[in-house]
Amino acid sequence: MVSLIEMPQALPQQLPRQNDRPLDETETAEIMIDVRDLDFAYGGNKVLHNVSLDIPAQAVTAFIGPSGCGKTTLLRCINRMNDLIEGARITRGAIHLGGVDINAPEVDVVDLRRRVGMVFQKSNPFPKSIYENISYGLRIAGVTKRSRIDEAVEKSLRAAALWDEVKDRLDANAFGLSGGQQQRLCIARALAVEPDVVLMDEPCSALDPIATAKIEELIHDLRTQYTIAIVTHNMQQAGRVSDHTGFFYLGKLIEFGPTTKIFTNPSEKRTEDYITGRFG
Amino acid sequence: MIAAPSNRQRSRFVERIVFWIFRIATYLVLLCATYIFLDIGIKGSRTVFTRAAPFVNLKFLTEPPQTLYVFDYNGKKMELSDRQFRDWKTTHKEDVDVTSISYSAGGIWPCIVGTALLVIGSMTVALFIGISCAIYLSEYSRDGRFIRLIRVAILNLAGVPSIVFGLFGFGLFVIFFGWNVSLLSGWFTLGLMVLPAIITASEESLRAVPQGLREGSLALGATKWQTIRKNVLPYALPGILTSSILGIARVAGETAPIMFTAAYAMRDEMPWQVSHWTNFFFQGVMALPYHIYVVSSKIPQNEYTERVQYGTALVFLIVVMMIALTSILLREKQRRRLSW
Repeated sequence: MVSLIEMPQALPQQLPRQNDRPLDETETAEIMIDVRDLDFAYGGNKVLHNVSLDIPAQAVTAFIGPSGCGKTTLLRCINRMNDLIEGARITRGAIHLGGVDINAPEVDVVDLRRRVGMVFQKSNPFPKSIYENISYGLRIAGVTKRSRIDEAVEKSLRAAALWDEVKDRLDANAFGLSGGQQQRLCIARALAVEPDVVLMDEPCSALDPIATAKIEELIHDLRTQYTIAIVTHNMQQAGRVSDHTGFFYLGKLIEFGPTTKIFTNPSEKRTEDYITGRFG
Repeated sequence: MIAAPSNRQRSRFVERIVFWIFRIATYLVLLCATYIFLDIGIKGSRTVFTRAAPFVNLKFLTEPPQTLYVFDYNGKKMELSDRQFRDWKTTHKEDVDVTSISYSAGGIWPCIVGTALLVIGSMTVALFIGISCAIYLSEYSRDGRFIRLIRVAILNLAGVPSIVFGLFGFGLFVIFFGWNVSLLSGWFTLGLMVLPAIITASEESLRAVPQGLREGSLALGATKWQTIRKNVLPYALPGILTSSILGIARVAGETAPIMFTAAYAMRDEMPWQVSHWTNFFFQGVMALPYHIYVVSSKIPQNEYTERVQYGTALVFLIVVMMIALTSILLREKQRRRLSW
């Protein structure tokens, strides 16, 4: 079993900090995820057509577009979550993470998912205590040392800006948290295993504006440490949080570039129409 | 359009007839249930309960069945159990004209124990195979022709009459495996009989666990089995167990599957009185439903056998009712605890 990079081997003994990761200068500079000529189909239904894009490291990349345009499908390709769906498969092209083809037969999907965390549209805390939610990923990775888990729980809750709100009730059931807190808990849970990449699938779609603002702020702060890909329906959100934006329409990537350019001076007519609210 | 008056009268009449048919059918159910429960309740409580403290016939609940000896002595009617009669004989040398009636003295303690052992063992077998099967079907298998065939097989298994299970168990476990009439044969026969119910209940409970929990766990780098073990099964288990308690009622109640495989009409030793612990699994036991069958159809009937029949039936009903009640209480408790 070939490890994607040296990192997962370090689990479970020691999870290196993101910043300690030596930057391999020979690697395609700063590109974390490289999607090349990707076609994807659910059975006979083709939903992604020839998608190519580079997701830069330590930056926020947003996927925007109307419902059913394939942006969530692409996101779920990156941690191979689509493996769970019967009949769903990549029909052409490849995704490379740090230079390794993630669909190569020798890649262990468990290693991949440990490196690529995910936050779902509907917050999905486990019906366990807050502490157990955060420690779940570490425990399944084989970490047993209580002090290390305690430390990781505090660190990831702080990173998700949730620590002050829950530090006195870590043993309370996570279902008792508010919707926004639950989603931040899910973010903290994803951060606890120290992934390189965090995928976010419309993380704010079920939240009120205040909770949304908190999560956006959080995404902004996390950018320095993690590579983040976020799917969003909300264009203002994409504009506020992302460095790069890809606009999808009917399974095709219409335009991809720096967010400021996409929002102020798109080269494609359809991008402009969508962003100005003419459709979608 | 308005119907002609005669027509309207007709439909009113039909309406009333149909309504009464439905009503009578419903009342009939109530009548049957009431009759059965009152009949068994009243006649059975004469055996099971007593007028004086402790109000429960402890002898009936804690002693093995014995033969009853009935005779006239000095114009007095004597009803003595086997043991009492032998004691009596040591002090009274005269000859008396004795009628002996099997099983009608003593109690039904070994039957209660036997039924409990059969239930525990067969539910263990059924839950282990059933939950494994349900996990495979709902979590691992991909829909296909073979899986559909398996589902049809499960449905058909649920429709097999219990006597057929009895004969199957007799053929496979008793004869072919050479386990003889034993607890082990009974466990597997009964276990296979309730398997379809357990599989269906387990699959439903597993599917009721939100997909988000599986995805959340897998996305953290858990393997499929870790996900199932830590984040699916614990939440499905209460549902599986409560639904399975209805299976317990069935296991406890069936006579046909155990009459060839596990049940003895009469046995003097209690199940724990075995020479070596391995023999525990290879002994036949007495059981409540089979005891009712034996005392009501295998021996000549009279007022004395009737007492045992009704007493056993009442105890049996109470046992099954208590199991059902536990299931309902557990389910209510669980409904309040887990809600997505």
